[in-house]
Order: sequence, then structure tokens, then C-alpha cells
Amino acid sequence: MEPIIRVDHLTHTYSAGTPFERSAVADMSLSVLPGEFLGIIGHTGSGKSTLIQHLNGLLKPTSGHIWLNGQDIWAKPKEIRKVRFRVGLVFQYPEYQLFEETAYKDIAFGPKNMGLDEQEIDRRVRDAAAFVGLESALLERSPFELSGGQKRRVAIAGVIAMEPEVLILDEPTAGLDPAGRDMILSQIRAYHQARGTTVVLVSHSMEEIARNVDRIVVLHSARVYMEGTPAEVFAHADELESVGLDVPQVTKVAAALRARGVAVDGATYTVEALERQLLALKGGSGPC
Amino acid sequence: MLKDITLGQYFPGDTPIHRLDPRTKLLCLILFIVALFCARWLVTYGLVAAALIACIVISGVSFRALTKGLKTVYIIVAFTAVMNLFFTPGTPIADVAILRHATWEGARTACFMMARIVMLIMGSFLLTYTTSPIALTNALDKLLGPLKKLHFPVHELTLMMSLALRFIPTLIEETDKIMSAQKARGADFESGNILRRAKALVPILVPLFVSAFRRADELATAMESRCYHGGEGRTALHVLRYRTADYIALALFVLLTAAVIVLRRFGL
Ligand SMILES: Nc1ncnc2c1ncn2[C@@H]1O[C@H](COP(=O)(O)OP(=O)(O)OP(=O)(O)O)[C@@H](O)[C@H]1O
Ligand SMILES: [Mg+2]
Repeated sequence: MEPIIRVDHLTHTYSAGTPFERSAVADMSLSVLPGEFLGIIGHTGSGKSTLIQHLNGLLKPTSGHIWLNGQDIWAKPKEIRKVRFRVGLVFQYPEYQLFEETAYKDIAFGPKNMGLDEQEIDRRVRDAAAFVGLESALLERSPFELSGGQKRRVAIAGVIAMEPEVLILDEPTAGLDPAGRDMILSQIRAYHQARGTTVVLVSHSMEEIARNVDRIVVLHSARVYMEGTPAEVFAHADELESVGLDVPQVTKVAAALRARGVAVDGATYTVEALERQLLALKGGSGPC
Repeated sequence: MLKDITLGQYFPGDTPIHRLDPRTKLLCLILFIVALFCARWLVTYGLVAAALIACIVISGVSFRALTKGLKTVYIIVAFTAVMNLFFTPGTPIADVAILRHATWEGARTACFMMARIVMLIMGSFLLTYTTSPIALTNALDKLLGPLKKLHFPVHELTLMMSLALRFIPTLIEETDKIMSAQKARGADFESGNILRRAKALVPILVPLFVSAFRRADELATAMESRCYHGGEGRTALHVLRYRTADYIALALFVLLTAAVIVLRRFGL
């Protein structure tokens, strides 16, 4: 399949020419396939945020290229704004970008910048708000009066409302409680299924990635360290641990069971899958 | 782009200059400036320049980083030079047109003046490049200490200074982040007339102010919950102490200043 975004030998060096010089992304190559749910995972400081800011042209590569649908996004620097409407990026802690008087207006900021007409803007704002589960009563409130989780959803809706071809979310669940985390993730998953949009989820929680994505890219010290389906990646538990990443807890349980001679797949990464295997082993079908 | 501001930036290092007590460095800078303003002719200027170059070499700060700091003031330097060139009385350089107003004495003063400003700025930058802002405010707090007797709010002043210095980089970083976030939603800061550009700043300024106030609030709470109650009876974690190197450095700079003052009497 032709990738929708192709990162080609990308390098980005911050503060070049000063004592603080450092490459946050070094010679990275990877592809994002159309319609997939891709997870990017890496330890803190591994270059995740730097990488994704290249995908919509917020950062300019020090060297290397970003191809969007076969076109170099920097071929026409004047048109870079259009790339940003096609590749929507939700920043880490996006609630700090809210500024309008009402949540509605804030969500409308992106579509307005696209030059859409009132009616279309209204439709998109309401659609986006519905996707992230914001009741319409909240839309007329000031974003500064909302709770942390609600603010986060307003900010995510602000990007979804641009209806981008690719939606990138940088740690959308950072700093939320488990309930809020599950809620946002299931909404993103629902959005992915309903729209068929390509989604890239950045995270440093393996559990979170494991439950949601089709494919994983593991970053380690500015490079692509591993790439594959969750099952393929979690089969390398030792290597992941050596770069400071944890495999999901249930994978550890599965591996431990396997070490004791229980015939389960060592790369199982969801509780449900392990449950199925264990039940099959017991030969029963009800709960044990 | 905003990060290119180097004014007052600290480059950590471990050279004899970095290790000096910040009070020593501050006092040495003052002595250096006195010497610089007393310098009169080639010998005295040469002495001051030699001291500066020695310090730069020892500190390991790249020359480029220092000259980069000069960019911000080159207009002032050029302006001073031109003023001196034309408004110093003396022998005209040549008897043609505008050169009739330019004098040899003026040219000489202009050169020395430029040297003076450049060295002044380089010296001050060397201090901020090799001393962390916190150490610097600490030093100021100690040096201005005696003024407390006159009820001058030294501690409050230095506290404000260190807070400001501490938060400038944070605010710059934050501005960058907010700008990126709004650009990701298609905000456009680069085109349009002045009115449109000013309006385009709203999505940056509102979140920036909100977060600055939030930070101030959090900081105040954090300080209060650790029983901060002003400078009265407060001790320091890192007590500043003069070492042998500090005495040597101070002695050298006193010597430099004294030498310059003596030599200028002889018109050197
Ligand atoms: N604006 C910047 N200027 C200088 N260095 C930076 C900047 N942004 C990031 N870096 C550095 O680049 C490296 C990669 O940072 P990046 O933000 O991409 O990491 P990350 O993987 O997103 O980490 P996290 O999980 O903490 O968000 C870090 O070491 C960081 O210090
Ligand atoms: Mg990040």
C-alpha cells in the first residue's frame, strides 16, 4: 500500500552551533499507511514530539524529507498552511492553547482559518464536539471554566473540526485519571472507526498503545528502534525493557505462565486475549 | 527563532572563571569597567584588552558567542563613532566637502570609543555566560546587603530579579509552544497588514497570560507552603565563600585598574 506519510531519513538538530546542540531526531525513516491506527512509543526525550511536529510542517527538517501523498511538503513553503489542515496535530497538554470566549468559538478557530462558510463551520464544530463527547450546553461556556478533562476535549475537538486526513495526538491522556484516559481513548478509537481517518497516537504507556493500535513504532534515542504489529513488538520484551520501556502487565503474566510450562502465547497483550487462551486450555467456556 | 535570544544566557562549564565566586566576578567586572573608562591611549587600552582576552580564553566561551551578543548594539556603536568623528574639535582630515568636519582627533576618539563599547559589552556578556542567573542574584543580594540598614528592600529586589530571570526562558518556551499549537490550527502570523497581524496575536497572548498568572499563583502557593516569609533570618543552601582564587582574581583586577589610573597620568 502507498503510504499516506513517508518520513525519509529525517534529522532534526536543535540549537545548532551552540553548546546546547543536540539531535532530537537522527536519520529516521518510517511510513504511515492510509487508514491505519499507528502508535508511536518511546521513552521521555526519545524524540516523539519532535518527529510529529515535522509531519505537519511545524518544524523544518535539518535534513531529510517528509512526503505527504507522494508530495514533499516543503516543495512549496508558501503552501505549508494547507499541509497543517490535512495533517491535524493535537499537542501535548493542548488545553493550554485555548483562548476564545466560548468553547464553541475555540473549536471553530481551525475551520475559520480554513476559510469555510458559517454553516459548514457550525456543522463541523457540532460534529467534532459530539465525537469527543462534549454536551452542547458546554459549548457556550468559557473554556477557562471547564474542568481539565473537558478542556482537553475542547482542544482535541478543535483539531478534529478541521477534518484532517491524518489525525496525530501527542500523549492525549497525559495527566488524566484512568477513567478520563479510557474515555478519551475510546472516543478516539470510535472516531477512527467512524471516519476511517488515519490516526497516529503518541504515548509512553505500552498498555495504552497495546489496546488501541494496529502497528507500533518504537523510538529510542532519536532513532527508530523497532517497528511492527503489537504482537511482533511485544515478543521482544527483553529488548524493550533494555531501552526503559515496559511491556503491558498482561504480557508479563503470559510470559511467566509460559516459563512455567503453560502453553500460552508469550506475546499476548490484552487481558481478553489471555483469558480466551486460558479458557481454551481448560477446555471450558465459562469463567473459571 | 525566539530561542536565538542569547542575552543573559548562561553556558555551563567548569573553568577557573566558572568556578569563581559570583561576587568576585561582579566586583571584577566593576573594576574592569572602571579601568576601561580610565583608559586613555594605546598602552592603557592594550592592558584592558589583554585582561579581557585572557579571561575569554580561560573561560572557554567561544568568541563567536560573544560577538553574536554585539549584534544588538552595533547601531549604537556606529552612531557613537560617527558623532565622535564629526563633533570632536581638531585638525580636519582633508579639505574636501564633508571631510572638513571630520577631524583626526575625532577619528582617534571614535576608534577608542568603539573599542570601549565593544569591550564593555563583551565583558558583561562574559559574566552572564559564565555565571548562572541564580548565582548572580545571590551575589547581588550579598553585595547590596549593607543597604538593608537603610531599609532598602534588597532581598525583595533580588528575589524579583531571580524570579524574572528564572521565568524568562520558561515564558519564551511557552510562547513557542503556544505559537506552534495555534499554527497547527492554521493560525497565520506572517501575512496581512498590521491590524490583521495584531489580531493574530490574540490566540498567543491570551493563553500566555493565563499560564503566566497560573504559574505566579502556583509559585506563591509553593513558597507559602514552604513557609517563605521574606528575607529576615533566611539562610542559604549554597553559602558563598571566597577562596584563594577569588583573592588572586580580585588582586589582579585591582592591580589592572591601578596600573591604568597611573599610566593615564603619563598620557599613555
Ligand atoms: N525546543 C527545543 N529546543 C532544544 N531542545 C529541544 C527542544 N525540544 C526538544 N528538545 C530536546 O530534544 C529531545 C527530544 O525531545 P522531544 O520533545 O521530541 O521528546 P519526547 O519523546 O516527546 O519526550 P516526552 O515523552 O517527554 O514528551 C529532548 O532531549 C529535548 O531535550
Ligand atoms: Mg513529547
